[in-house]
Order: sequence, then structure tokens, then C-alpha cells
Amino acid sequence: MLAHPERFFADKFGLSASVMERLLGSTLARRVDHADLFLEYRISEELVLEEGAVKKASRHVSQGAGLRAQSGERTGYAHTDDLALPNLEEAARQARAIADGAGESAVVPVTAGARPHNLYTLAEPPITADINRKVELLKQVDAAARAADPRVKQVIASLGSEDVVILIAGPAGWTMGDVRPLTRLSVTVIAEENGKREIGGYGGGGRVAFDWFLENGRWKHFTSEAVRQAVLKLGAVDAPAGTMTVVLGPGWPGILLHEAVGHGLEGDFNRKGTSAFSGKLGQKVASELVTVVDDGTMANRRGSLNVDDEGVPTRSNVLIENGVLRAYMQDRLNARLMGEAPTGNGRRESYAHPPMPRMTNTFMLAGQDDPEDIIRSVDHGLYAVNFGGGQVDITSGKFVFSASEAYLIEGGRVTAPVKGATLIGNGPDALTRVSRVGHDLKMDEGVGTCGKEGQSVPVGVGLPTIRIDGITVGGTQV
Amino acid sequence: MTGGLLDLLADVLEGARKKGATEADAYVGEDQSFSAQVRMGQVDTVKHARDQHLALRVFVGRSAAAASTSDLSRESLGRLVDEAVTLARITAPDPLSGLPEASALAGAVPDLHLDDPTGHDLPPEAKIELARRCEQAALAFDPRITNSEGGDFSDGHARYAYATSHGFAGEYRTSSFSLSTSPLATENGEMQRDGWYHVTRKRAGLDSPEEVGRTAARRAVRRLGARRVKTAEVPVIFDPQMAATLVRHIAGAAAGPALYRGASFLVSRLGQSIAAPSITIVDDGTVPGALGSRPFDGEGLPIQRTVLVDKGVLASYLLDSYSGRKLGLPSTHHAARDGSGVSVSTTNLYLAAGETSPAAMIRGVRNGLYITELIGFGVNGVTGDYSRGAVGYWIENGELAYPVEEITVAGNLLDMFQAVEAVGDDLVFRDRTAAPTLLIGRMVVAGA
Repeated sequence: MLAHPERFFADKFGLSASVMERLLGSTLARRVDHADLFLEYRISEELVLEEGAVKKASRHVSQGAGLRAQSGERTGYAHTDDLALPNLEEAARQARAIADGAGESAVVPVTAGARPHNLYTLAEPPITADINRKVELLKQVDAAARAADPRVKQVIASLGSEDVVILIAGPAGWTMGDVRPLTRLSVTVIAEENGKREIGGYGGGGRVAFDWFLENGRWKHFTSEAVRQAVLKLGAVDAPAGTMTVVLGPGWPGILLHEAVGHGLEGDFNRKGTSAFSGKLGQKVASELVTVVDDGTMANRRGSLNVDDEGVPTRSNVLIENGVLRAYMQDRLNARLMGEAPTGNGRRESYAHPPMPRMTNTFMLAGQDDPEDIIRSVDHGLYAVNFGGGQVDITSGKFVFSASEAYLIEGGRVTAPVKGATLIGNGPDALTRVSRVGHDLKMDEGVGTCGKEGQSVPVGVGLPTIRIDGITVGGTQV
Repeated sequence: MTGGLLDLLADVLEGARKKGATEADAYVGEDQSFSAQVRMGQVDTVKHARDQHLALRVFVGRSAAAASTSDLSRESLGRLVDEAVTLARITAPDPLSGLPEASALAGAVPDLHLDDPTGHDLPPEAKIELARRCEQAALAFDPRITNSEGGDFSDGHARYAYATSHGFAGEYRTSSFSLSTSPLATENGEMQRDGWYHVTRKRAGLDSPEEVGRTAARRAVRRLGARRVKTAEVPVIFDPQMAATLVRHIAGAAAGPALYRGASFLVSRLGQSIAAPSITIVDDGTVPGALGSRPFDGEGLPIQRTVLVDKGVLASYLLDSYSGRKLGLPSTHHAARDGSGVSVSTTNLYLAAGETSPAAMIRGVRNGLYITELIGFGVNGVTGDYSRGAVGYWIENGELAYPVEEITVAGNLLDMFQAVEAVGDDLVFRDRTAAPTLLIGRMVVAGA
């Protein structure tokens, strides 16, 4: 769309540096600890194929500004999708109202000027790729899925693309912009046999060009995986119920980390003392085989950002090192209140939402073990390789994630596929039971979306094959 | 934005016609909202918001496309029309696409009393005070309530207008007010959080902040001392909020788009028994002042009352015009319009009350589970297979013996609804979906 956020907002909306400085400087900054202005312009597009044809296509534009003033623990936030100056001034007045008369805590110097990364500059962003090529790809997905297995009865394939330009302005006159492309291909297959129906889904994407789907046979892989899972489930047996040894396959099962420890290590919960991990910095919360990293700097990944939504460059943050809790993930507010540095994890869904600490790409570092050996080491258990969503109660620490592809392990061998089942565990305890870590770290394909307090943001996860000695499997086979 | 919303829509629809659309529909929404969060007695976050959004759907022959924008300038709306019409040239024609028959459109737009114009006339300080009182009531309820995620008050006022190229034009306003709080209870190093809330269309109808706060605190404290239990197959009672989640799963499977795709466990079940005879499920969008009510659906069709499940028999699907045509049935007027097109949604959905008191239900269980919270996404809408994380109480000899956590409950939704042994007499309409307490004869509880 464009490469220069400052110029974009100045040209399109007349929001020059001097206008922004006036909004922030004269209106906000004097009496508050932090203030910022967040401008956003988003174009998105979605194409949906079903019954062999692309019958749904839509395109959306959303633009707006969020103004924030913070004083002590107080945040005033106002947003408007009308970028006319009088509206912005009114929003600034509303945001400031809350901060009046406070402002006892010290102003933390902003790390402005740090060179942001360049993680996803694309010659052709996915939103601008020829739409006829996109339609053609969806038709190829449909044909390939139907050709793969006669039991495939329905194929739903969708391709979503977006381009987001943001500009953040702070009180000292600094601005930080970013242009964020994002795309995702999703394939859903319904298979039927003897009156029994099952569903399989797969997909991938990232901050990548449209051609990424065509490279290395990616779209074919996404399609064949969706078919394989739907057909496999037609023959699945009831999942076992009870506590047992579970081996998680590499990649997307990293959602375990996102739920079991990730959310609990977000700064807001820990500043408030409402997380099961509150006050545990420096303590052992996982087996010494476990090192967990949140890294927003991985090129072209779905969870990556050059700068977070508060203008802080993203980093690679070690959360758990050899089992010991090392750091929380922070936005500016919670970092300031906890006397820590921001970690580049201040994220928001859009201009309509204030930022909060969020994950980017969260994964466990590879270990030494051969994945085959890990499976062979289990006499009786579950091997889970694909998952649906997960959820966590950060206060009690209890988390769930739902297996969509899993198998029994019997006598060290992977045997029958089982029906989907929810796995449940206790965050501060689950990773202490990790007894084997494989050398096969893999990141997910680029499909994750994380929800927190009504805000959705794209994220990534990754995991090597691991063995957990005791987690509860919510099947029906007693 | 100033001026009439319907005039704006008329301009957009006319613009679409000029660009070659044979049919079109569009909606515009604008709302203003406010929210205040107080935490540990101190103001935490105050938000003001103004939003606007216009969405257009066009048909060029039988090909459809949609576009939306939050920029309502003339220039932007001109671009919106161009984009929608251009997109419709790349989509495949579908003989069943198109607007509903003009003769089926809603005539007059009934006043369902969905807004409370004077209810918003409260200064921000007074709204913050409501949030503060709500949290304070929770903090003061019990010495074991030691911390809080905060107390919240929010209100919003919205206008919505919808018009079609074949003559429908309707507009209505809605208000919403909500109070909530999430306190933490602590004892012997254990920490538990729970919450309570109330949402209404009229401010005067809100529960008092004190009532919401005390209920939230009671819910948090009662979770203390939670244990795990051994894996077992036992009777399971769903409290009203959790029973409502089961009703939503049935409605999801009865939705037209899932059915014509074959992605539902209710495919070809119309007229068949899908639940115990004690189960009747109704969707009624005509209830004045209710959260789910609306004067017309997302395609301009009049809202009605639909019996979804009648004494255990699947009596109706939930259809918009397109999914109805795909299934050879008329729309049930459950269209929901969004920026991408039309989907299906319920209005005020409820499972009709039975005759058993919840106390009697619990007394009748020797060994079983009473569920107060479910987490996770372990529901397969195609097969009905069900497996979710649960929190609640263990029942021993007809009494709630102790709280339980870190367990799952699993079964299949069709089996579960057939196995309903008692329906509670405690139906209360608090949310868009409501249900009384339900007793399901047997489910597998996985634990230690």
C-alpha cells in the first residue's frame, strides 16, 4: 500500500507531525506520566470458496485514532473513527480528563530512536496481488481436496489478506510507524462415509506475499492435511479418559505453552497479583529441560512485529530458562509500575482498543532427544499432534487445549487414532512434568489468533516433540 | 455524523445501481460508548468511543460481493461502491443468491423498546461510582476476598439502519448498560477468581452494584478448597449459565449454513427426536426490551417466535433466505448481517422451564458433578462430540460436598440431550440465551 506511515497520515488526513505534537503536547503531556496517539488505517479482503466456486468476496476499510493518557495506574482512552481534527481534540480532552490531578510517579524515558526491525517488507503485499490469481488458487485447493479422496464431500477454502498502516506518536515528539501485511489460507474439509461425517481443517500464512502459498508446495500441503485429518477421524475410536503420559508432536501443539504459561506471564496480571505465576520470578516453574522464549522478531511470521503497538521495538525475550522463571512480558504501563523495562509486548487489536501485554511468537527451545525415542519410551499414553483452541484461567492456573488429531500409544508404538478430546492441566505444575524434549523444534504454519479481554491479535507458537508425565485427557473411554 | 442514516443508504444503493448492481442492500451503524473500570478502589481505565460503519452488498446478476468502511465521506463511499461492484465480477454466479421476496419484507418497524435515551444522561463521575460500588461490595463481602481484577460499568447507545434496493428501509436505536466485577478469593495459598455481571437495555433495570458485587464474591469464595476427583462416569448437573451453553451448541448445529454444508450433527434430523421429551427450545426476537430482540432481521424480514425443539423433536432450523433456498425451506428470519454478507444468528434463545427444583435435582444424585464453569473449545459441531474443562462441585449423597477443578466432562451432544433426566424450574432471562438447571443422566468426568 505504502511504505511511509508518517507521510501517509499527513497526506491522507492532514495529520502532520506538528498537528500530532499539538494534540499530545499541549493537550495531554503536562500532567501525565505517558500519553500517546495511535493512528491506524486497515484494508482487508476475504475470498471464500464453497461448493467448488468463490461465491463470497468482501473488502473492508477501517481507520481511526486512539488517544491515551496515563497517570499512575490510571488510563484514559478515547477512540474515534473520524479523523477530523475536532474529533481528535475531543478524544484528547476525554482521555485527559481521567488523568487530571494525578501524576506522582516518575516519567520513564521513552526508548525512541531505536532502529526498528525490517521483518516483513514485501515487494508486493498480499492485499495487492491479482485477485484472479487468488480465486484460481482457491479453485485449485478445491480440486486437489476432492481428488485426494472420494470421501470428501465439501470443501470450504478461504483466503484473507490485510495491510495495516500504523503510526504512534509520543509526547516527546517521537513517532514510530509500521506497515503490516498479513495473509492466511484456511482449508476445511467435510468427509463422509457410511452416513458418518467428520471435519478436518488446516491452513497457514504469515506476513508474506501471495506467492508464499505457491512456494514449496505449501497450499498442496495445507489441502492434503485437511483431507487427511477429516478422513482419519472417520475411523477414530473414543479417546481415553483420565490422567496419563502424553507426547505432544512438534509445531502447533506449542499452544500448550501459550495457555499453560504464556498468559500467566503477561505483566498486567502479575502487576495486579492475579496470576498463578505472580511473585515467582527466579523460581523453578518447569523441568530444567524447558526453556521458553517469546520472540517478536522472527522474519515474516504471523506473530511478529517490527515495533509493538506502543512504538517499542520487539525483542526475543527468554521467559523460562532451564526451568527457572526469568521474565514477564510487558507493555509500557505495567513495565513502569513494576519498575521494569518494556519488552515489546504492548499490543492491541486496533485503534479501538488500548494496548496490553500480549504474546508474539511463543515457543520452547529444542532439546536433545530423538522424537522416535520419545514415543518408544511410553508404554501407555496419548500422542497428540494437532489441536484446536485453548483457554486458561490465569488465577487458578488451570488451562485446557483441545486435541483434534491424536493417537493411542501402546507398548511404545503409535496405534489407533482417537476422537478429539480436551486436555486439562495446571500451568505452574504442567511443565515440571516435562521429561523429554526432542531436537525437532517446529513453528506452527501461521494460523493462530489469541483472544484476551475481547481483543484478538495474530500470534505464533512452536514446540519440539515433548513428553509430559501426567496430564488429564478428557475422553469418554473410562 | 449528521443527517439521516436512511438517506445515506439510499444514496449508496442508488450509486450501486448506477454502477451496474442489479440488487443491493446496505446497513449503517453508529454508536457511542463509555466504560469505566475501577480496581482496588482506584480508577483504572476510562474509555470513550465513537464508531461508525457502513456495509454494502451487491448482486450483479447472480454474483455477489460485499464491502464495508468506517470512513463515511462521500469520496470513500464512492470507492466502496466501486469495490463491491468490481468484486462481484470475479465471484461465481449462484442461482440461489439474492435478496428475499419483496412481499416477505417487514412492513412497519415495531418499537420493541430497545433504547433508553435518558439512561445515558449520567456524568462520567457517577458511572465511575457505580463501578466502584460494585467492586467495593465484592471486596467487603468476605475477608478472603483479597484482590480484584476490577469493577466495570459501561454503557452504549447505537443507531442502526438497513435498506435494500427493492424497497425495505428500517431504522432503530438500542441502548445497553452493564455492570460487572471479578474478585479474587485467597486461602492457604490458593487463589481463585470468579465474577458476575448484569447487562440490560434500560439503566433502571440494572441490578444494584451491591447485588452484582456480592454475587461475584460469593462465586469466588465458593471455589476455594477445590480438588480433583477420580475419573468416573456419573450424573452431571449443569447450572443455568452452563446449561445455556449447551442450548447454544444446539442452535449452532441448527443454523442453515452449517446444515447445507453438511457440517452439523443435525443434518436431516428435522422432525426427528433429538432430545428427551422434556426439552423444548424456543427463539423469540419479539420480546420487548430484551437483549436479543430486534424489529427486523438482517435481510429486512419481520422477527418472529420460532420453536426450535418441541418436546424433544427438532421442529425448525434457523435459516436466512439463502440457506433456506439451499435446503428447500422458507427463511425463519434469522439472518444476521455483517460486513462480509449474511449469516444466521439467534435472538432471545431459551430452553423452556421444567418442574424440578435444582435442590431436588441435587438431592437425587448420590455421586456426581455440578458444573458452574466450562472452559475450552472442545465441541465438534459436525459430530456433536463434546469434551470441555469444568469447574464446579462434587455431589455426595445428595449434597454439594466440595468444589472441584482441573477435570473434564465429555460425551456427545445428541446423547447428552437424550439423557436429560430433569429440567429445572429456575429459568431466568438474564442473557440472550437462557436455560434452567439441567440434569444429564451420565457423562464421563476425567480427573486424577
